[in-house]
Amino acid sequence: MPGYSEKVMDHFANPRNVGEIEDADGVGSVGNPVCGDMMTFNIKVDGDRLTDVKFKTFGCGAAIACSSMVSEMAKGKTLEEAKKITNADVAAELEGLPKNKMHCSNLGADALHQAIEDYEAKAKEG
Amino acid sequence: MRDVYFDYGAATPVRPGVVEAMLPYLKEQFGNPLSLHRYGDGPRQAVEDAREKVAQLIGARGNEIYFTASGSEANNMAVKGVALMNEKKGKHLVVSAVEHLSVINAAQTMEKMGFEVTRVPVDKYGLVDPGDVENALRDDTTLVSIMHANSEVGTIQPIAEIGRVVKAKSKAYLHTDAVATAGNLPVDVKELGVGLLSLAGNQFYGPKGAGALYVKRATRIMPLIDGGVQEAGRRAGTENVPAIVGLGVAAELAASEMEQRRAHVLPLRDRLIERLTGEIDHLYLTGHATKRLPGHVSVVVEYIEGEAMLLLLNMQGIAASSGSTCTSRALKASHVLTAMGFDPGLANGSLLLTLGSGNSAEDVDYLMEVFPPIVDRLRQMSPLYKAD
Repeated sequence: MPGYSEKVMDHFANPRNVGEIEDADGVGSVGNPVCGDMMTFNIKVDGDRLTDVKFKTFGCGAAIACSSMVSEMAKGKTLEEAKKITNADVAAELEGLPKNKMHCSNLGADALHQAIEDYEAKAKEG
Repeated sequence: MRDVYFDYGAATPVRPGVVEAMLPYLKEQFGNPLSLHRYGDGPRQAVEDAREKVAQLIGARGNEIYFTASGSEANNMAVKGVALMNEKKGKHLVVSAVEHLSVINAAQTMEKMGFEVTRVPVDKYGLVDPGDVENALRDDTTLVSIMHANSEVGTIQPIAEIGRVVKAKSKAYLHTDAVATAGNLPVDVKELGVGLLSLAGNQFYGPKGAGALYVKRATRIMPLIDGGVQEAGRRAGTENVPAIVGLGVAAELAASEMEQRRAHVLPLRDRLIERLTGEIDHLYLTGHATKRLPGHVSVVVEYIEGEAMLLLLNMQGIAASSGSTCTSRALKASHVLTAMGFDPGLANGSLLLTLGSGNSAEDVDYLMEVFPPIVDRLRQMSPLYKAD
């Protein structure tokens, strides 16, 4: 496939952390099927760490690879560390993305951050 | 694993006989057809022979055939050449909403240059209603361009009927983009009632870089490419002799083998459609069920995305295509499926399989072995899918 690194193809063919968390602490969803990409992240938080991250994605090879990579990068990190994950980081870990697929990495990072925001909002409400 | 090619709509393998016919014009017969010396003789004759063969494929005369580098160029030549040359008679063009991008975008360019364009809608099968074309015609309409068949959804348009309507109600020229049909099913310019027609060799086992535009004699058309005297002054540029020769031989073979080729792919197409729609739920055929290109299978698969399907199919040896946003480099959902009323989300799950001479029933069976698990796998990953 044009422009996909081996790492991207690996995360596409063998995505890590696919699924949902029934009693998720935070849920984030970005994109929509009209655009062609939609990602939903479920997270479990213990203390200040992400103990579990699961995702579901409707989208192309890059979309699936990015969500898989984000979930791998985020799992086990502190919330602060996870918030700092940027799309550039994701693309770098994947060893590059074609220019017209960079927006997939944006979506992945955004969905994760939204899940964290969702958790923090819920935590505030107590 | 099995090596299966289901993308004949994108490119077809060049027939060995065609390759052989082309080789001398890449080797010892390298002369320029316009050269007055003996090196020009062979190439010049070869180009004229090819012209006759292409003409015969579509029921035209040799001097009505103009060689181009592609179907897209032929389409541009038709739309822009007719619009510009007939500007004084009118500046209104009529196209369908599902034309190939080379017609859609050429018409859009004319719009930017001050022309008016009416885009005739289609029904949910992608069919144009001749009545809608009739209603779109005006006194200042100079060109109507409606494709013979759509390459994304396979639907064959009622061009002969449209031709009658255009002739009866207007002075406009009628152009048809026959890139998907010429060489694959019988195409006769008189029967269709068209004054212009585009075709391309890479659709019927000829080489790439080999297109043609039929222009009925006495048609007023402006050249797209100005310059020398090639193609009766209507399309400058040293002729791509090898490609033209290849196009001619491919056209000849297509004419003589047409019925066998159709008889070969039709049952495979129908079998594939039957099995896909019968065995995978939330999967729908796009395009007309019967007014359809003989080797064309196009479906939309709910809850999942086209490129992901293609990648997984490719990993299993199957080459296919899609009209999803991600696969269209423009990152826009298919204008064809949108015009047909498909929900954009569903349009993103499009899968296009086009069959040809190298396919067999075993290929169909292999796809049905490999594809349902791919669909399941992607659906398990999709936030949109809830198992029934």
